Amino acid sequence: MLRLISAAVIGLVFGLGIVISGMANPAKILNFFDVFGSWDPSLLLVMGSALTVTFIGYRFVLKRPAPAFDRAFHLPTKRDVDVPLVAGSAVFGIGWGIAGFCPGGAIPAIGSGHPGPVIFVIAMIGGIIGANALKAAFARKALA
Amino acid sequence: MGGSLIGIAAVALMALHGRVAGMTGILTGVIQPKGDWDWRLAFLVGAIAAPGLILLTTGTSLPLQAELPSWAIIVGGLLVGLGVTFGGGCTSGHGVCGIARLSMRSIIATITFMVTTFITVFVIRHMLGGF
Repeated sequence: MLRLISAAVIGLVFGLGIVISGMANPAKILNFFDVFGSWDPSLLLVMGSALTVTFIGYRFVLKRPAPAFDRAFHLPTKRDVDVPLVAGSAVFGIGWGIAGFCPGGAIPAIGSGHPGPVIFVIAMIGGIIGANALKAAFARKALA
Repeated sequence: MGGSLIGIAAVALMALHGRVAGMTGILTGVIQPKGDWDWRLAFLVGAIAAPGLILLTTGTSLPLQAELPSWAIIVGGLLVGLGVTFGGGCTSGHGVCGIARLSMRSIIATITFMVTTFITVFVIRHMLGGF
């Protein structure tokens, strides 16, 4: 139970950071990327401070033998830069540039009660399920 | 301020739960669970509660609405869902947690999506004249 309360509180802190910083505000996101138009560079500070805190914090945390609620740290194991990584990231950017929401921005934005973030998240879930079905189909083809 | 909170949440999720604070992985782990989904759902609930808490404590409703036609929101959402699944992460997972671990995959992914987002915004706003 304490484990779930902890996860919810961390999610809340994450969501507060996203909402306060403007990462859940599509107008701000699109202006950040509009360098030759209405450029708003303030999100550089947001990304910079999030990264700095995480970089320093991880140095201390990952030296410990294990996290508080688990037996081990779960870190991504893939190392290779492959086609799905680059192509997928490129497609993600096109979607981010069209709608102004990334996954971490859209989820907290649902709580605003506006229809836009809800429509976005439903479409995004469709994309995730479709992509995982495609990945499974590719994997079957590779085996056959 | 907001950025530091995102970082604090990322460090806390690793210190307490041993997990990367990537929204793509957390959301996928709830809608198509392979391992434990309960802490992921709790994280999502907490994140969704954030605008409400801000409204309750400060009385301000922050602008979180896309001023776009619905078809653009839907196309954007589909492309984001497809892209982050093949790319293995998004701004939070690759851009914050991955770069903080100096992962080459995350550095390449982040540069790639920042560049294509920039190009997409440029094409839509300056070549197509917006939606």
